[in-house]
Amino acid sequence: MGPKSRVSACKKETGRWQKAGEEAARNWELLTANRGESLGLRPATQTFAGLPAEVTKEQGEIMTQSAPVAEAAISAESMRGPVAGAESTGETVLGGGPKYDLRRRPRVAESLIQGFLFLCGAISILTTLGIVYVLGRESLLFFANEEVNLLKFFGGTEWQPAISRFGIWPLVTATLMASLIAMAVALPMGLCIAIYLSEYAGQRTRSVLKPILEVLAGIPTVVYGYFALTFMTPFLRGILGRDIVEIYNTASAGIVIGILVIPLVSSMSEDALSAVPGSLRQASYGLGATRLETAVRIVLPAALSGVAAAFIVAISRAIGETMIVAIAAGAGPNFTFSPFRAAETMTGHIVRISGGDLSYDSIDYNSIFAIGLLLFLMTLSLNILSQWIVRRFREEYE
Amino acid sequence: MALDQRQTATQPAGGLMPSGPAYREQVVTRQRRGRRWAIIFQAAMLSGIIALCALLFNILNQSFGYVAIINNIDPAELAIDGVPLDELTKDQLVGILEANVSAGLMRRYEHDMPFAQRTSENVHELILERVVEPQVQATWGLFESVFARGSVFAEAEERFPGSDVYFRSWLTTSFISKSQSSEPLRAGVRTAIFGSLWVVAITILFSFPIGVGAAIYLEEYAHKERLINRLIQTNINNLAGVPSIIYGMLGLAIFVRILEVFTSGAFLGIGDQSTANGRTIISAGLTLGLLILPLIIINGQEAIRAVPNSLRQAGFGLGATHWQVIWHHVLPSAMPGILTGTILAISRAIGETAPLVVVGASTFIALDPSGPFSKFTVLPIQIYQWTSRPQDEFRNLAAAAILVLLVLLLTMNASAVLLRNHFDRGQANA
Repeated sequence: MGPKSRVSACKKETGRWQKAGEEAARNWELLTANRGESLGLRPATQTFAGLPAEVTKEQGEIMTQSAPVAEAAISAESMRGPVAGAESTGETVLGGGPKYDLRRRPRVAESLIQGFLFLCGAISILTTLGIVYVLGRESLLFFANEEVNLLKFFGGTEWQPAISRFGIWPLVTATLMASLIAMAVALPMGLCIAIYLSEYAGQRTRSVLKPILEVLAGIPTVVYGYFALTFMTPFLRGILGRDIVEIYNTASAGIVIGILVIPLVSSMSEDALSAVPGSLRQASYGLGATRLETAVRIVLPAALSGVAAAFIVAISRAIGETMIVAIAAGAGPNFTFSPFRAAETMTGHIVRISGGDLSYDSIDYNSIFAIGLLLFLMTLSLNILSQWIVRRFREEYE
Repeated sequence: MALDQRQTATQPAGGLMPSGPAYREQVVTRQRRGRRWAIIFQAAMLSGIIALCALLFNILNQSFGYVAIINNIDPAELAIDGVPLDELTKDQLVGILEANVSAGLMRRYEHDMPFAQRTSENVHELILERVVEPQVQATWGLFESVFARGSVFAEAEERFPGSDVYFRSWLTTSFISKSQSSEPLRAGVRTAIFGSLWVVAITILFSFPIGVGAAIYLEEYAHKERLINRLIQTNINNLAGVPSIIYGMLGLAIFVRILEVFTSGAFLGIGDQSTANGRTIISAGLTLGLLILPLIIINGQEAIRAVPNSLRQAGFGLGATHWQVIWHHVLPSAMPGILTGTILAISRAIGETAPLVVVGASTFIALDPSGPFSKFTVLPIQIYQWTSRPQDEFRNLAAAAILVLLVLLLTMNASAVLLRNHFDRGQANA
């Protein structure tokens, strides 16, 4: 698309109010043409007799609409200005007064600005297209490789690119295990914190506690990774014994991911709980329910869609979490179901492979994009699911 | 209880209101359950706070503490006529250096920077580096160092006889002002801080105008019912949930590889031609820019939506064009909200590690970055590198670097709050 056609495309989008103005202008041209004829150049025809009334009516409607439309209406109205004999008839909304040429001029700069702003918005679509293109293209190259096929990819339980074993399962199980542990920590804790903040804590307590959770949410993930390796792992090893827990293990990574997503779960759930109208709580108290019964049986079900959405977003976040598992979970694909053994997750594998010397178009390079595509699809479908749940199951109380 | 008595007084047994010992017992049970769960909810909140405290404690604990060091040559032996090493003149120091290192090394130092121009601190450092050669044997945390001093000294004496045990703060001014080094005692984070600042500058330059522009388009121009605008909106919401590492892969494929000519600086003939590839500051900045763009757009949209419509209508009423209304009225009153959102997005960008590892931050950089086309490392990457090393002393360095990073983030967030308060007051006065 050339710049010229882009400008015209943007012009087209300037909206209904412009069109209304243009239409009014066109009508006016017809009208003046008719008036010229009626001045004696040609005999007037009956066809245009009703037009002035129609135009005024249309303009009247336009005037009652929103501000941009009003501008169009004014410019249409002001076109009467320079036409001889029209300005003093009292037909104009603005009345008589000094005669300026107030006709709407085509504003190139405004259209250019709007076009630029549209492009800014379109960059987000380009980003998505870029992600899909990049991941798709490199994954296709990966699967085009003769050593790889979909069956091996989804059926194999060994990921050793060096000896061309490309079974995704070790990475997927480690990812799911870490996410599962994280959810076992974050969901109950996050929900309890949300219920406490929304139903139990007073205004002052909340104003102190919420910033603390925000601090927790603002700490970079690499710091959490450090915490997992230097605090959580020795802690677990101290409790369970050094023979059971390896130095790198998915359990400590998973627990710390859980701590990381607690603020996400609690703030999203608390928003949902707070949005439940107070009348519901008062009705419940009026029937003699305790605070706990009100919170759990009345408020929570009413906010369930929001809470469920928070849970799903948290799962998606845990699956995509990278630095914690890269530091604390281990550096080698390992098909195991023990949370105390070292195992590499999908994200951890991508970071480790791309952190080394990576030559383009090697099978390693292509393979991380295939893993990335799987990761992208997993998180995207979870995000879409959470949006769908909010839309589908939201209880409206107003 | 009072309710119960009234019931028995006014109503016959078997009336509408429940009563009786079984009922009373049930009420007591329910209330007890309520109290128990209230404690559980509070405990959950408390354990969240404890987790935060444990995290901060762990980092502080690792940043300070005793170290056991064994020197190749004891600095006391290098003293001349009883004058300790620190107080010797420059000429004496050069003499010590000459006596202890090879002639080739001396020539290299002379070549790097003539001794005549070096300060005595610089020569002193060279002596420490080449002659004294301190080696860290073991480190202890702050907690042990304060509460179990005796056992620390005993352990050091037993395991590392002849070692020099002293209290060391890993976070010092020289840690901030020195560039990277493979020696833990002399390593610093200056290159990483400069790298972070450069990358974030590029990120802001890229994502702030585009993010605000997109927010303006979506809130002020776009017709919500049109397909393309709905698509953009849904798309932005979904992009905000894409894992950051995916952005790193996007940056690797697009900025580093496809646009290598531009991001390596080759099209301008500048940049480091010997290792010319796209793994430069500008690639990293653009990648992080794409990453925080959805956050800036969503925050900006909220800020613009909060501007009262009367302001716009007043502008239109005075005959302003659409853009004049936006530029002179909507944007100034939405700016505090937009800036707050932007600063929060940028503090996310500063802490982001995974995408930059994928884009290809360098692992070891001793020179400050000189421009957008130089190779780079950033603070989180530095922390990641040091954490991945098995030696304890690098963990201490990582903890000190984390403190620097957290202070940086805290400053940014505090400035966001101050900025918001400042603008709010300005609005109230106006």
